[in-house]
Amino acid sequence: MSFPWAKNYEPKQPLMKWLDEKLPLPRLVYNAIGAGYPVPRNLNYFWNFGVLAGAALVIQIVTGIVLAMHYAANAGVAFNSVEHIMRDVNAGWFIRYAHMNGASMFFIVVYLHIFRGLYYGSYKAPREMVWLLGVVIFLLMMATAFMGYVLPWGQMSFWGAQVITGFFSAIPVVGDPIRVWLLGGFAPDNAALNRFFSLHYLLPFVIAGVIILHIWALHIPGSNNPTGIEVKDEQDTVPFHPYYTAKDGVGVGVFLLLFVALTFFSPNLLGHADNYIAANPLSTPAHIVPEWYFWPFYAILRAFTFNFLWIDAKLWGVIAMFAAIALLFFLPWLDSSPVKSSNYRPLNRIFFWVLVVDVLILGYCGKSPAEQPYVLLSQLGAIYYFAHFLIILPIVSRIERPLPMPNSITEAVLSKHADDTSAATA
Amino acid sequence: MVRPLGFLVGLGFIAALLFAIFTTPLTNEPNASHEFHKHPKHLKLASDGLMPHWDKAQLQRGLQVYKEVCSACHSLHLVAFRDIQDLGYTEGQVKTFAKGFQVPSVNPDTGEPATRDGLPSDYFPGPYANEVAARAANNNALPPDLSLITKAREGGKDYVYSLLTGFQNPPANLPKELKPGTGLHFNPYFANLNLAMAPPLTKGQVTFADGSPNTVDAMAKDVTAFLVWTAEPKLVKRVQVGWAAFLFLLIFTTLTYLSYRNIWADKKH
Repeated sequence: MSFPWAKNYEPKQPLMKWLDEKLPLPRLVYNAIGAGYPVPRNLNYFWNFGVLAGAALVIQIVTGIVLAMHYAANAGVAFNSVEHIMRDVNAGWFIRYAHMNGASMFFIVVYLHIFRGLYYGSYKAPREMVWLLGVVIFLLMMATAFMGYVLPWGQMSFWGAQVITGFFSAIPVVGDPIRVWLLGGFAPDNAALNRFFSLHYLLPFVIAGVIILHIWALHIPGSNNPTGIEVKDEQDTVPFHPYYTAKDGVGVGVFLLLFVALTFFSPNLLGHADNYIAANPLSTPAHIVPEWYFWPFYAILRAFTFNFLWIDAKLWGVIAMFAAIALLFFLPWLDSSPVKSSNYRPLNRIFFWVLVVDVLILGYCGKSPAEQPYVLLSQLGAIYYFAHFLIILPIVSRIERPLPMPNSITEAVLSKHADDTSAATA
Repeated sequence: MVRPLGFLVGLGFIAALLFAIFTTPLTNEPNASHEFHKHPKHLKLASDGLMPHWDKAQLQRGLQVYKEVCSACHSLHLVAFRDIQDLGYTEGQVKTFAKGFQVPSVNPDTGEPATRDGLPSDYFPGPYANEVAARAANNNALPPDLSLITKAREGGKDYVYSLLTGFQNPPANLPKELKPGTGLHFNPYFANLNLAMAPPLTKGQVTFADGSPNTVDAMAKDVTAFLVWTAEPKLVKRVQVGWAAFLFLLIFTTLTYLSYRNIWADKKH
């Protein structure tokens, strides 16, 4: 499905004609990310992050496959096998650091991608399915990243696994048996390490599959844009190729520059020193901290310190942490405003930026030890987080008076340029 | 239905959090050791920054300090003798160096455990047969392996250097419960202020062939530089390759930007 004016794939070479009749794979690519996909002409650089997330996944899969050729998933040798990669494998240090920092780069671009969707209302009809699949990808990424962090079998790997699998033991009655079943033992050990390795290798391909669905669902209504106004006619769009392949190329260049700077100049900046100590079940690190991309959720987990309504504080924390992500599934129906872009939603725009600051504060609290003032800050931060999505957003979308909107994407583009020229002549 | 239900769920979480706020004390339990704990001193090395190189003479001195001092208690099990060629030794020198160590082996005639002369392919043998032996010899403390120590501690090389040079008499106002117990030594750079390791370096302990100073500070710097190398022998190469990749990408990004400008030139957006 696409717009009626979408360019049609017409193979010229005999070989391509032959292929198109038997297996129209080039046609599929042409219509998905080639000239056959019309895209709004006014996308800004925030629309690069989908392609960048795809690039990050490819980098993770390629480096990961090479790492798996040298890594040994056995609790006795896993730590030393990673150091073997760092010291003795040709360019192993590069592959390993690229994979390690690639995970961080993947999360950076995906978080920007998510917040782009939040600001411009990309989760709203007719793109709810795109958003839902996106949340599924996010959940799969978190599971994959967590299991990947366990594989080097350092202190933070081991104790992170201990803490995260401990969530399941918060479930009343059946919690402990579930945890033992998931780990294959009473504590993380060889059985857990092996299944984490197996799943860590599997899930990226599941993610790739869901990404295909994500793009498929996107192509039915077509891409959103900074005005949030739907495409009306041909002059609102440009073909994806060459216009957005060129623009995404710039994004990929900048992304790789940052990636290279992080990987080669400061590869351990986002890591934790304790993970260079081999796992030791008898010695607990002073501060158990997850990787940075989990900090906001870790802060929400730890914010619940009171056994409210006979529910254990730990269970509250676990429920809240999962709810913090699960509520994103309901976002398209929590926000009932017909206006998508926050450019035309004066009230929502303010609360959006409050949410950004709130998540950053939660992240800082998740990194910090469980002491005051961080406990209080994470409690206030968690209150705002839930209030934002479950209370403020539904009310705002009802009472807000949107700003006047242009009639079409083209009108918005042309009036912007008219402003520019009048400002230049004035 | 989603909105009223969401509203109730939101109120539930907020109520639980409000109760949590009002029942959590706003002050932390006092921790006296914080007050005496010191932040590591900065140590500048040739391998720092964006233009790093190995100061081979310093690394060789550091290796000597490790061999003559640290190796009495600390292993270096990720480093092989062949690796020290990076420090500027010839193949022959590495062979001779390796020969100076006895490594565990098996008597080829009887199958009994034995030892033999080290080979370049062998790893530095540890001082103890196992953890029990290590603890028995060290008042129940376990001397950590040093291969990764500058990456495995908050503060990295600064911390290692500060710890080595930071031993001192406990301050007079140190509370009784923080005073070093039997077999412990006060060091403000250590997380809980008292550690089992005695001050390892004394002035003039190691004599360097090149006549370099052998004060505690100088030896601590040398051995820390050496441990930065053991933690990441590919550090200098990493940054050099990084510059090549960075410059390549800078050109790549400039070209993509120019082609982007070119393609969009006739399109208002």
